[in-house]
Parts: sequence; C-alpha cells; structure tokens
Amino acid sequence: MAERARSGTGVGRVLVYVYGLFAVAAGARAGVQIATKFAVAPVAYLLSAGAALVYLCAAVGLARGGTGGLRAARVCCAVELVGVLAVGAASLRWPAAFPDATVWSHFGEGYGYVPVVLPVLGLLWLRRVSR
Amino acid sequence: MNSALAHVVMITALALAAAGGLAALLDRRPGRLLQLGAGLVELLLVVLAVVVVVEVVGGDRPAEAATFLGYALTTLGVLPAAVVLARMEPTRWGSAIIGGGALLLPVLILRLQQVHG
Repeated sequence: MAERARSGTGVGRVLVYVYGLFAVAAGARAGVQIATKFAVAPVAYLLSAGAALVYLCAAVGLARGGTGGLRAARVCCAVELVGVLAVGAASLRWPAAFPDATVWSHFGEGYGYVPVVLPVLGLLWLRRVSR
Repeated sequence: MNSALAHVVMITALALAAAGGLAALLDRRPGRLLQLGAGLVELLLVVLAVVVVVEVVGGDRPAEAATFLGYALTTLGVLPAAVVLARMEPTRWGSAIIGGGALLLPVLILRLQQVHG
C-alpha cells in the first residue's frame, strides 16, 4: 500500500495538477469544437477529445495510486507518448490532414511542448515510485 | 476586454509564479504568503471577469463566444485547484504547483484576448 500513498504525492502531485489542467483544457477545447464546427476537422477534434480522456485517466490513476492506478497511469503515459510522437510527426508530414490544430500537433507546439515532455516525466516518476 | 486590467493581472500572476518557483527552489512549503498571493491574483481575475461581463452586457461581445467562455472558466479555476492541491502537499512541490499554475495564467489571458478579437 506504500505505492498508493506515493504516486500522488510530492512530484506526483505536481503531475496530477498538470494532467488535470490538460484534461480540462483539451476537453473544453474539443467540446467547443465538436459542438460548433465538427465538420471542419473531425479527425483533429476527435483526437483532442481522446487526448483529454487520456489526460484525465492519467491524473486519476496517479492520484489514486495502488496497483490499478499505477497501471492505468502507465498505460495513459505510454499512449500519450506514442500519440504525441505519431500525431506530431503526421501533422508535419501531412499538414493537409490537420486543417485545425490538435493538442498533439507539431509535438504540442501550441501548448509550449508540454504534451511531449509530460509523458516522459510521468513514466520516469512511475518507474521511481514502483521501485 | 479591458487591457490595462488584463496587464495588471498578468504581472501579478508572474510575480506569484516567481514567488512559487523561488519557494520551491528554496525547499519551502507553500506558506501563508503564497496562499494570500494566490488569493489576490484570483480576486483580480474575478474583477476582470466582472468587467468582461459588464462589457458583454454593454454590447462588446467576444468574437468566438463559446471558446472565450471555455478559456475564461479554465482561467478562473487554475489557482483554486492549485491551492487545494498545494494545501494537500506541504512540501516544496506544493509551492511548485502554485508557481506553475500562476505561470499558466498570462498565457491564458493572452489567449483570451486573441479569442475576444
């Protein structure tokens, strides 16, 4: 049960905060875009909505800790890292496919590159906590 | 959007970000001063929000109203969430949370101004 106490404390609590902010930011943005102009860039908006869910799941997993929480957080961070690298590369290679930006476009450029740094920090922190 | 007031909010938020960062570097827990500072910045944000509402009633509507509202609500929630988490974390990382949240505010206010048009 030591894990339960640790993953959401110290640096972990900073991560919970940042993941929570990104869940709200990406989720609100995707919500507005899907509600008002879904047809403009459906793929981009759905990707942003998916990213928001991943962020929310990571925040909850880190905050709760325990075996399940850590596993959920680890999966989320991994999905996030793969997502931001894949979408980041795709948005540079095929800009026409992304008429509107997503959280992960250009490796999270619009969000100060936090989206590409965050999963790395998350995975490092999870590795340290599970030891 | 009242740009003078927006600038005041951005500068006080940056000062709070510096204070939070410094406290984290010096290994200080988020003390009374940081929490009061966060309260002051939040108060200024609420004043800014009231001014914006008055402007909207007066006919000065944001260009992208829904997006603007989303950003506005996020902006108002950043510091309260930071203070709640910082109080649960009486270590340097609690100070880092307040500093990080405060650092985000100028960015959000700039985005609000862009979206307002």
